[in-house]
Amino acid sequence: MLVLEKHAMTDEIEKLVEKYGKDRSSLMPVLQEIQKKYHYIPEFAQQEIARVLDIHPVEVYSFISFYSFIYRQPQGRNIVRLCKTITCDMAGKDGIVKAIERELGIKFGETTKDKRITLEFVNCLGMCDQGPALLINERVHPKVTPETAVQIINELR
Amino acid sequence: MEKIKRNGTVLFSEYSRGEAVKKALTQSREDILLELRESKLKGRGGAGFPTATKWMIVAAAQAEEKFIICNADEGEPGTFKDRVLLLEYPELVFDGMVVAGYTIGAKMGIVYLRAEYSYMRASLEGFLESMRNDNILGKNICGKEGFDFDIMIRMGSGAYVCGEETALIESLEGNRGEARNRPPYPVNTGFLGRPTVVNNVETLAAVSHIIVKSGAWFQKHGTDKSTGSKLFSVSGDCAKPGVYELPWGTKISELLEIVGAKDTKAVQVGGASGFCIPKSQFDRKLSYEDAATGGSIIIFNESRDILKILKNFMEFFVEESCGQCTPCRIGNSKLLEGVEMLENGKYTFAYMNKLKDLGRTMQVASKCGLGQSSPNSFISILENFKSEIFNSNGGKNGF
Repeated sequence: MLVLEKHAMTDEIEKLVEKYGKDRSSLMPVLQEIQKKYHYIPEFAQQEIARVLDIHPVEVYSFISFYSFIYRQPQGRNIVRLCKTITCDMAGKDGIVKAIERELGIKFGETTKDKRITLEFVNCLGMCDQGPALLINERVHPKVTPETAVQIINELR
Repeated sequence: MEKIKRNGTVLFSEYSRGEAVKKALTQSREDILLELRESKLKGRGGAGFPTATKWMIVAAAQAEEKFIICNADEGEPGTFKDRVLLLEYPELVFDGMVVAGYTIGAKMGIVYLRAEYSYMRASLEGFLESMRNDNILGKNICGKEGFDFDIMIRMGSGAYVCGEETALIESLEGNRGEARNRPPYPVNTGFLGRPTVVNNVETLAAVSHIIVKSGAWFQKHGTDKSTGSKLFSVSGDCAKPGVYELPWGTKISELLEIVGAKDTKAVQVGGASGFCIPKSQFDRKLSYEDAATGGSIIIFNESRDILKILKNFMEFFVEESCGQCTPCRIGNSKLLEGVEMLENGKYTFAYMNKLKDLGRTMQVASKCGLGQSSPNSFISILENFKSEIFNSNGGKNGF
């Protein structure tokens, strides 16, 4: 990271902490906002958040490592999550998996070379009555078929 | 998401925004608690703790600040009633929170919303804003001097265990979502060490109706020990999946009829951490005293492979266990290994019985509800579907 980028990030984190309060309970919303912008939590950001909130960086690292929606590694611009829990599984999840993997040439758990898409499995999305369900970034797509799933993913930029 | 006109006896009955708040503010806090006690409302998340008792403890506590938390971390496989309530009936949930704030003396309510539901956030924030504009939230609510209360929404980040109330509070405080030892319960030392009520979305929605229509009215529905109605999230092999409001005490067979399920082999009641109920027990009643549930009903027809279902559940628990206590962290992986052995036909009955014992150990030795209930599926499926599991896979079972 360039020095300028670091300064910008420090400013950003300080502003966020001001917004949510200088208390450890602000950790989650601050991380979520940083991630929205960078698609992951860079190491420098972890150290800075720890410094500003006055906790040890290890605490921030351990927090991030616990939650499956917060990342320590760069992710794609779009995160495509497919529900793999029982009802979506019964509704034909496997067909969706095969179609998407074939189309993108990557497996679930991987990111495309152009950083456009990260594929992930996710546990129950609460769309069991309308499975199989995809969660793309923050939007949910119920009742996808192999064809519509691929179509939706191809429209992502 | 299309809004369907839903018909129901209790939760889906007529209600207009702010009604419960206006009525509650004309009553004393004791009256509200008595009304709740009369309704015999129990926690709708599945644990079934009497709501009035929870509120009374916090109302009686002396503290600088108190909190009411709405647990919207609906993560149990097969449950989606909170999604429907928050999208279509947010007024019930938020009004219930304001009533709780008034009754227990809290100034701040927090909605802990699961990350998967972040698509609702904007509309919920908008709804809260409209409540503030109409003085149902904010300072001197509805003209009541000195009653200030506000609600904020905090997002989760994809951890099933955070639906457990103490793990949820840990998460809010900026820690890993690892459950605390109980006691002390959140009603004594909750969020930031303050007395805190944690209620399920559906519980708070029920409160709004009880305030407006009285506890006696609520009690008329359901059974003696399980009053009111319950939202059932029905999914799986049936013609009409979705959310249904039915009185407590409905038989499983009746529910199957309503949702148009045919050739049903088994019903999973209570999600992955619930029980798998075979055809022979379909006359059981859905209630706290018989088949207790948070409302997840997953239907399996004759074509489904019960082992595959069990494997899906065990994989879920291995992934979602927070890992701080050994019975749950190691136990769930061992149970999953056991399921794989069954799949491959490389098992002994002695070892399977050992695993059932291990499951029973987990039920008593795990620290929180996740580990205490994760063996339920394993034990109930091995007990109830013996012939299918042990007589399949080509006679590798010692016969």
